[in-house]
Amino acid sequence: MSAAPPTTTPTTNGNGGKVPDDTVIDCEIKELFYGRFKAARDIALQVKKGTVTALIGPSGCGKSTVLRCLNRMNLVRGFRLKGHVVFRGQDIYASNVDPVSVRRHIGMVFQQPNPFAMSIFRNVAFGLRLNRYKGDVEEKVERALRQAALWDEVNGIMRSSGLALSGGQQQRLCIARAIATEPAVLLMDEPCSALDPIATRRIEELITELKQKYTIAIVTHNLQQAKRIADMTAFFYVDKSNGGRTGYMVEYGPTEAIFEDPQEHHTKQYIRGEFS
Amino acid sequence: MAAPSITPADADAIDLATLERSLRRPRTLFSFTMSVLTGAATLGALSPLFSVLYLLVLRGGKALSMAVFSELPPAAMTAGGGFGNAIIGTFVIVTIADVIAVPIGILGAIFIAEFGPDTRTASAVRFAAKVLTGLPSIIAGVFAYAAVVVVTGGFSAMAGAVALSLLMIPIILLTAEGAIKAVPARMREAAVGMGATPTQVVTRVIIPTAAPGILTGVMLAIARAAGETAPLLFTSLFSNFWMSRTFPAFLPKTPDDLMKPTASLAVLIYNFSGSPFDNQVALAWTAALILVVMVLVSNIIGLSLARRSGD
Repeated sequence: MSAAPPTTTPTTNGNGGKVPDDTVIDCEIKELFYGRFKAARDIALQVKKGTVTALIGPSGCGKSTVLRCLNRMNLVRGFRLKGHVVFRGQDIYASNVDPVSVRRHIGMVFQQPNPFAMSIFRNVAFGLRLNRYKGDVEEKVERALRQAALWDEVNGIMRSSGLALSGGQQQRLCIARAIATEPAVLLMDEPCSALDPIATRRIEELITELKQKYTIAIVTHNLQQAKRIADMTAFFYVDKSNGGRTGYMVEYGPTEAIFEDPQEHHTKQYIRGEFS
Repeated sequence: MAAPSITPADADAIDLATLERSLRRPRTLFSFTMSVLTGAATLGALSPLFSVLYLLVLRGGKALSMAVFSELPPAAMTAGGGFGNAIIGTFVIVTIADVIAVPIGILGAIFIAEFGPDTRTASAVRFAAKVLTGLPSIIAGVFAYAAVVVVTGGFSAMAGAVALSLLMIPIILLTAEGAIKAVPARMREAAVGMGATPTQVVTRVIIPTAAPGILTGVMLAIARAAGETAPLLFTSLFSNFWMSRTFPAFLPKTPDDLMKPTASLAVLIYNFSGSPFDNQVALAWTAALILVVMVLVSNIIGLSLARRSGD
């Protein structure tokens, strides 16, 4: 991808409609396939600059799949997308776009903490070195670790293995690694599901702080978490008609509206904890 | 004893004597017997190893002196002498074999484990490697004889290295494949998510993470190759002289030095151990001791390197 500067002028999306200035990612998925399996359909969401957007819904509703679409992390063979994902005015599924450079602008934090089997320092410096960063790597590493609220715990043990940290620390290390290169967007795929409540709380606080600087999209199973941290919430549900299992987006709007005044039947049921 | 669901009332009723460990109970007796058997089997497996080491130190130690490193093999009926040329020869032959086998083995493993694990090429390579691990080493010697000795017109260190590399490649390839496959998928995913190209994923994450396993394979291969005699008989043959004609003679300096018959410890042991002369037999024992120590030292160096690359 060409180094597109942040678009300040409204851009057109595939429908010819206007996308407002502060939309960083405009995602419209008509249909999404793995081979012949239709995994998701009818999804339209805009991720706005400086906000946290939560994707919630029951298991198998395609929320992780959709999240992974946003930085082309769908590595499974036979993946096919009908629709578009526009990042700052550029369709990242256009044929001339290199998925590798997309991922350098849109970072990702995974469900399981996945630090590399190398030192804490080298974990955080990884992205900088990939990009052949010429400046002061140590300073950048320190800044990322401070932003990830991990600096005080690892300062002095920077040379020990990232795998020696606790689960919660590992996840913050992964966040530090992801933000060291200052990506425009941070995608988080259930970042707290492998963590205990205290570690979860720390990550949530961190997300709230990070949104000053980064735009965040997060998949979560935890409704309370979405309520606590998200500005916008998209509710997904799974359509099992005709023997399929296709996820689709039921409702999307400000978190308050989704939780206090859901419009759709499925959303109401899910928010109230009634499962069909 | 009572059923697993013990109510408090039942628990009080348990006869404490039944909780005592007793060999009269069949389960306990069985467990005890099996523990003894596994212990005995371990000792049984270790005893040949230790008896070999014991014999090597005992008999090989006798003729051990500085002369064995600095002198040439003694002729029949003479005293003293050494096998400095065979130590260097083994070192040179195994090093050249490494240079051939390590890149092929590791790059091949990267392909069959990472880039095309499901391709037909990969399954063919994997199958061929498995067959080759069982290749009688003398066949590797015959192959190198035909492919190198006959073509270049003489026995040489190079031909011996080619023969040994044939034995090393499948070992390195298969262990490296296993080590690469053992790298957790989530680390691969993390690297891809950071915007690493496929090459960067391999060079910056997969290889460093798999390095200890890969090095283990290389060490195994070296240990196997260094001790091989049969393939060298056909290829490097032996030499009673240093590898170079110019000073210092022990140091091979020109490509020509690699294209002549070359001494090796394995062949020296083979030649001297059957000798009717006590001096030569004693040197064969010492050579065996030194060969074992060389393999041991290279293993230790390799493993400590692997450990250091981890951080």
